[in-house]
Amino acid sequence: MVEAIAFYLFAFLTVAMFTITVMSKNALYAMSALAAGMIFISAFFFLLDADFLGVVQIIVYSGAVMAVYAFGMMFLDTTKDVKEKNPSKKIVFFLSGMVALLLVLIVLSPIVSDKVQALYPISHDIGNAEAVGIVLFTKYLVPFEVAAIMLLVAMIAGIILASKRMDESITLKIDQEIERSKKEQQ
Amino acid sequence: MDAAFVIATIIKILIVLGIFSALAGFGTYVERKVLAFMQRRLGPMHVGPYGLLQVLADGIKLFTKEDFIPQGAVRPIFMIAPVITAATAFIAMAAIPMFPEFTIGGYTVKPIISDINVGLLFVLGVMGAGLYGPLLAGMASQNKWSILGAARTAIQFLSYEVVTGLSVLAPVMIVGSLSLIDFNNYQAGGVSDWLVWKQPIAFILFLIAGFAETNRTPFDLLEHEAEVISGYATEYSGMRWGMFFIGEYANMFTLGFLASLIFLGGFNDLWFIPGAIAILMKVFFIFFFFLWTRASWPHVRPDQLMWLCWKVLMPLAVINVVITGIVMMF
Repeated sequence: MVEAIAFYLFAFLTVAMFTITVMSKNALYAMSALAAGMIFISAFFFLLDADFLGVVQIIVYSGAVMAVYAFGMMFLDTTKDVKEKNPSKKIVFFLSGMVALLLVLIVLSPIVSDKVQALYPISHDIGNAEAVGIVLFTKYLVPFEVAAIMLLVAMIAGIILASKRMDESITLKIDQEIERSKKEQQ
Repeated sequence: MDAAFVIATIIKILIVLGIFSALAGFGTYVERKVLAFMQRRLGPMHVGPYGLLQVLADGIKLFTKEDFIPQGAVRPIFMIAPVITAATAFIAMAAIPMFPEFTIGGYTVKPIISDINVGLLFVLGVMGAGLYGPLLAGMASQNKWSILGAARTAIQFLSYEVVTGLSVLAPVMIVGSLSLIDFNNYQAGGVSDWLVWKQPIAFILFLIAGFAETNRTPFDLLEHEAEVISGYATEYSGMRWGMFFIGEYANMFTLGFLASLIFLGGFNDLWFIPGAIAILMKVFFIFFFFLWTRASWPHVRPDQLMWLCWKVLMPLAVINVVITGIVMMF
């Protein structure tokens, strides 16, 4: 009973938050709703006794959305509404609606035919973190390693992109020196 | 789920909320006094004996001050930001075992609100999410100092979180569990069993990252008065500002409990001192350590903080994890 109430409460909250994310014209509302929605999703993991995944959801997405805030801070005036340009609203709504419907159908179809079974149900003998680790390092070892390599590639690319002229500090320079180095570049 | 469990949990929540809100007020008094003695001053002296009632005077001021919202601010976000800081600070405390179990009238009380088996990660994650308070406050205030504070919050969060996670990873590997109660039981054999002897580097890294997490000097960038007026809190007044304050002090106590549970033997009996008093002494020592550092170190610049976290502390933490792994394997 308590689980059912909690599930519907958090389902409603999550959907409401992501609706605000999509519909709002204010970047600050959109980002805050995104962060809140991501944190509300962790409640589903807690309800399913998957504490570890729930906590990981909070840690990972609070950090990830914080990076989105940094971009929002740099590119937009977050206290004002963003003027959006979408000339053909009908096409946008039709396409996004169809994609959403398709996704719902794809996810629903196995449930309708009642074939959903947990491959690795939560067992109370071993802890959550251990269970994830066992699955990750046996059956899903190859995807795990591939993901690690992808992250490594992204990290090296990021370092190369950011490391140009990293040896000089912009904050310690006086304005004239910055102007001079700009002219030298041209 | 029986009624006794529900009632006990609600009582525990109320006790934690009450005690730590009060401790935040008392903390300011202790902070002023300690800083004053370190700087050869007297500190608050006029209100009550030795200035003890200063806490009450400050409380009355905070509660009765006008709650002011600037015209250009984004109202809902501006209003909810302090609540996030205070709420996450108290939610984080839900998974901390504060004292050893004890019995009242035949009913065994576990002094932990919710014993989840990933307690350590939960506390760190929720405490980290608490930095959304300063971030949102700064971005919603429509004030240049505030947005500078918010930008500093973002870089501070992204810098210290990696260090915190990696520094506790080595103790987690040794204990083999993420539950704080297991951490405590692992160190049950006395002072020589404390994890700080096995993991001194991890302990120091955790404390340094903790200073950044709780926004204390030397990493007091978000509201550094000399540079950005009061940072994210520039536009706040009254109880909304007070909630930021309560959140910060509650986080200091949470961090004190975490450090004592993970590294300093937790609530095990210390020689002749019973466990409950032992852990309180450790927590208050760490609280005092925060103030001590504040009195003796200057602020750092934001770029120095990033340099420290990414180029010094993170490699150290990774090397520490690798060495721990090698030692455990052979």
